[in-house]
Amino acid sequence: MSRRALEHIASEIGADVVETSDELGDASVTVRPSALHRTLEFCRDDPRLRCDLLLDVIGVDYPDRAERFDVIYSMRSLSTGERVRVKTRVADGEPVSTASDLWNSANWAEREVYDLYGVPFSDHPDLRRILTHHEFKGHALRKDYPIEKGQMCYVPEKLLTDEEIRFGPQLYGRTMDRSDAVVEEEEISSDYLTVNLGPSHPATHGALRIEALLDGETIIHSKSEIGYLHRCFEKESEDHTWQQIIPYTDRLNYVSALTNNVGYVLAVEKMMAIEVPERCQTIRVLVAELGRIMDHLVCVGTNLVDIGALTNFWYFFNAREHLYTVVERMCGERLTTSYTRIGGLYRDLYEGFEDELRHSLGKVEEAIGEVTALVQRNRIFMDRAVGIGAISQEDAINWGWTGPCLRATGVDYDVRKASPYGGYETYDFDIPVGENGDVYDRVLCRIEEMYQSIGIVNQAMDRLKPGPIFSEDRRVTMPPKDEVYNSIEGMMNHFKLVFEGIQVPAGEGYGFSEGANGELGFFIVSDGSGNPYRIKVRPPCFPIFSSFTELVKGHMVSDAIATLGGLNIIAGELDR
Amino acid sequence: MGVTLDEPQNYITTKLRQAVNWGRKYSLWPMPFGTACCAIEFMGVVSSFTDISRFGAELVRFSPRQSDLLIVAGTISYKQAPILKLVYEQMAEPKWVIAMGVCASSGGFYNNYGTVQGIDTLIPTDMYVAGCPPTPENLLHALVQLQEQIDREGIEAVKEKRRVPSSA
Repeated sequence: MSRRALEHIASEIGADVVETSDELGDASVTVRPSALHRTLEFCRDDPRLRCDLLLDVIGVDYPDRAERFDVIYSMRSLSTGERVRVKTRVADGEPVSTASDLWNSANWAEREVYDLYGVPFSDHPDLRRILTHHEFKGHALRKDYPIEKGQMCYVPEKLLTDEEIRFGPQLYGRTMDRSDAVVEEEEISSDYLTVNLGPSHPATHGALRIEALLDGETIIHSKSEIGYLHRCFEKESEDHTWQQIIPYTDRLNYVSALTNNVGYVLAVEKMMAIEVPERCQTIRVLVAELGRIMDHLVCVGTNLVDIGALTNFWYFFNAREHLYTVVERMCGERLTTSYTRIGGLYRDLYEGFEDELRHSLGKVEEAIGEVTALVQRNRIFMDRAVGIGAISQEDAINWGWTGPCLRATGVDYDVRKASPYGGYETYDFDIPVGENGDVYDRVLCRIEEMYQSIGIVNQAMDRLKPGPIFSEDRRVTMPPKDEVYNSIEGMMNHFKLVFEGIQVPAGEGYGFSEGANGELGFFIVSDGSGNPYRIKVRPPCFPIFSSFTELVKGHMVSDAIATLGGLNIIAGELDR
Repeated sequence: MGVTLDEPQNYITTKLRQAVNWGRKYSLWPMPFGTACCAIEFMGVVSSFTDISRFGAELVRFSPRQSDLLIVAGTISYKQAPILKLVYEQMAEPKWVIAMGVCASSGGFYNNYGTVQGIDTLIPTDMYVAGCPPTPENLLHALVQLQEQIDREGIEAVKEKRRVPSSA
């Protein structure tokens, strides 16, 4: 599959292809910078490839190389299932031609590479910093930037420029509805109101900021800003061993930490070609789905709070507390679970787990039933949600959407079905899809997904058989104690794992799974040492939120709030 | 008719300080400055299982001008720092600050270029709550301790006590 894709690209681009690779089954092609745009366009438009979903743009720094930076475009085709990475190598300061004219999702992704590596993109419409603040000096993910070098920000950035505020109406094609034709300039600026939302606003559920230009209550133009929760996951991961990164993955999408834990270890295990025992696989599926349920409970609950339906939040949060009880007994923490390990799990399930979980799931189902009854045909809710924040399938794909938000538009892309991992192909579940891609469909999709997840959890519980939870692979698993004490090999193995950590073979790979918000990817570069050389997270929220300003254009402020809640933006994974 | 002061059961005597502090400590209006994981746990604290209203602090206000307890729930990045400071300055006296979780208290395990190493480098902080994130009980414990602290405070010295540290 991937080899054929590479042949297509090689025959089209010809001499500008530097090298191709299908390591770990991922098609990856390196081209000269001059041919990058042509290659990307070919990948997008060629009927045999049709890579319509740009997942991510990734930067990697090799300070010893003359062409210092790798810029990697990671794509997937929704129709052919093809995954292609196009890579180019550039020297410090050498511009890369932007792909934001091909995919909207490239806009923010390229800004991130610019911010963290200082790679300029030519013809980019809005090349500003995105994760670090505007007073930041240097580029934080370069290998020569010290991890602990913090830089204070003194003044919050102004998002809308004076020009945009002053000439907003002319710039954004809205004329004022007033009888007298002669309007003074001062009057124009006073008629359009700028409103700042966040980064400490209750409806943003995290640290986001939106500055909107309003005509009455209608948003005619807005700009959003992220990075207020940039906790440097990627820099931290270069500073830690492979196992030590697991706690950091909890705090990406902290509402569904379990799902992230599973996603990360799957990616590393893909790099190392590790098989885990059946019981471990089943438990992973089980906890990943628990994470999804917990995520959707918060998302739907808070979305409804934002549009005034507070009761539902209490119902859902009570259900969540029931799950917390189980999760806390399972791994010792309510929220930040760190339950998985590379090659296994932190520990086995406790005695009586199944009974408790069944009881809790009963409570969850009860809560979902109550909330569905309250909102599904509720006149007020439907008025607030139907047709609000709607997006077409083509636009959603172009913006790089995945997950429940994409499925609400009617595209049935779910990693669990499209490229099953961890045994998902053996479970019986459906992918709920919506029709209109509006807030209403998103809420209902998530509610239905919870039912499906409960079904998967029940199936997984039925399959649980006693057995080992750790892989036999001695590259990742500690040897049994009697081997450590009685044989030199066992002792050395133990010593090496403790002092040097897991050694992932050199190479690069992209591991992906279905997170609560969509495709959660980990692009991993290893140099064979005990620390990752580079880990790039593909957070599902990031492309989704980048489209927010387009989504709310022409809507009212209160609709923007409803839309934002339905997108389920989790700042932890948005900013990392 | 009405209440007369002739009968001893009709009045109590107390110190002004105690009367004021009694009112203050049982009617804290929190403003959650929620940025990260701790904010999700804060949702748990206000919802029905652990119910913060048992301690008189359920009236969550999202406007700093209406609240007297700032609960900083989550990691504060350098990008967020000026906003936290602004929000704190917008609050009217008397005001108190709880740093919820290790990120707000000390930066936690985020010792890196993006994270403020404890909010007390920016604003005065009264209580530090351990945990990543703290359990709801942990936060309630901090709240009760803060109430005890308020009880001991003078009512006139409030302004003097709060000085923004010189490093910020």
